[in-house]
Amino acid sequence: MRRALVTGFAALVALLTIAPLLWMLSVSFMAPGEAAQFPPPLLPENPGLENYRQLFGTYGVGRFLANSLFVSTLATLLALLFTVPAGYAFAKLRFRGRDAVFRLLVAALVVPGQIGMLPLFLELKAMGLVNSYAGALVPWLAGIFGIFLVRQYCLSIPDEMLEAARIDGASEGEILRHIVLPLLTPVVVTLALFVFLSSWNDFMWPLIVLADQQLYTLPVALAALSREHVQDNELMMAGAVVTTLPVLILFLALQRFYLSGLLTGSVKG
Amino acid sequence: MNAERRAEEARAGWAMTGPALAAILIFFLIPALASLLLSFTDFDIYALGDIANLRFVGLENYARLVENPLFWNAMGNSLLFVAIGTPLVALLSLCAAILVHSRWLSWRPVWRVALFAPYVTTLVATAVVWRYLLHTRYGLVNYLLSLAGAGPIDWLGSPTASLPAILIFVAWKTFGYNMIIFLAALQTVPRELDEAARIDGAGWLMRLRHVTLPAIAPTLLLVSVLTVAAMFQLFAEPYVMTEGGPAQSTVTILYFMYEEGFKWWNLGSGAAVAVLLFLCILAVTLVQLRFARRAGAI
Repeated sequence: MRRALVTGFAALVALLTIAPLLWMLSVSFMAPGEAAQFPPPLLPENPGLENYRQLFGTYGVGRFLANSLFVSTLATLLALLFTVPAGYAFAKLRFRGRDAVFRLLVAALVVPGQIGMLPLFLELKAMGLVNSYAGALVPWLAGIFGIFLVRQYCLSIPDEMLEAARIDGASEGEILRHIVLPLLTPVVVTLALFVFLSSWNDFMWPLIVLADQQLYTLPVALAALSREHVQDNELMMAGAVVTTLPVLILFLALQRFYLSGLLTGSVKG
Repeated sequence: MNAERRAEEARAGWAMTGPALAAILIFFLIPALASLLLSFTDFDIYALGDIANLRFVGLENYARLVENPLFWNAMGNSLLFVAIGTPLVALLSLCAAILVHSRWLSWRPVWRVALFAPYVTTLVATAVVWRYLLHTRYGLVNYLLSLAGAGPIDWLGSPTASLPAILIFVAWKTFGYNMIIFLAALQTVPRELDEAARIDGAGWLMRLRHVTLPAIAPTLLLVSVLTVAAMFQLFAEPYVMTEGGPAQSTVTILYFMYEEGFKWWNLGSGAAVAVLLFLCILAVTLVQLRFARRAGAI
């Protein structure tokens, strides 16, 4: 009895929580103007793909979808390339100044990225990277969080294993590639997922750095579109579905990796 | 041999950390420090055209901000977001975590994922969704209120309701994240302790107060520090849902900085706003730490 009651209540809270997402999906299949009634309809009368057709046909959302895919994929690859070796080195390699530098990184975590946005913009302008994907990608190279995540994971690798490889004559690079990297698969998946989702969802920086509409990522394009089409409820819901469904599905498929990484990340503080 | 290996290890250490450290330095630390320098200059659209127009103005940007009512309005709004939003989100997440942690719950992973889902959605997309949910005439929120006999509230069109409206959205979007952190903390509270208190006749609320809450106090601190920083950094929410309006009622500090910097191209003044924002986050966090230390949480 008690079990049914608690579970029922949890189900109700869960339903309320995802109701906005279900409603978004439902309205995206409605005919133009259908949602603007009182009481608001919950399900479309004649579900159709008209909004999606308009979105991709008239408003060229396919282009923005491709832009987002491109930027997020590249951001993920670059972030892995930069942070995975660094995280391993901070955990396992002994070099002078390592701990001091690492403490500095810990301290730097207090500074939100937005603090340096204006100078970063000027810096990239001087480098000629404003209004280019390179400019949009740059913040993902400087991922202190990723270094922490990988370092935390690497600490559990036994030193004897690395020493044995050294005695066998393997170089440090070979050790990283052939011995350490295979062990890191779970944390690499976690980190990749984090960067992909964050760069996909990111709004403020691409809004600032990408001036050319052709370069817009989905969130920036959606925000611009929603300012022009305040009344087109159903069209905007379709736009929201296109923007958020890919990451939602990705998360649902790999949630185990995501949640474990989230905990390592928050416990560090 | 050994000394040689040591040298190679050190070289490899710098080679592997070097690229990341360089990127952090160039694209994160230097810009953050440069904000401070930039805030002492009158960098504007003319300096953007020709750097020769740049002048060092000392604290003039700060002096002007202090006299600008729009700055204080943004500061006040952000402080409201922090003061109301932090306890709201912390309480919601804690309640959700206690619910999902309940020993009488079946299919726990399903509910956990459902409650967490809003956090991973694209902010701009769900902000657009909530703009329609909060629509005065056709929105589901006002429809539910009308069923309860209340309302209609002009959520996004009235200067008094707009900030709470955005807070509702922010709470919905973020509580799942803190819930996961609380859940992890709750799992470290020994069931036996709770069980012993129950056998001794302690009610649910009493056990929550004397067993559970003391055990998760450090987590409560962590969540509130993280949430304060997040509340100070609201930008896309007002940008998409209200464009800062109506009557400037949802302009946050970050939104103000964005407009100063990238709409009016007053980069010197915008940098001063950024510095003040950082000092605010730092100050509130230090107060929280001190408060927690006095309360014995850490």
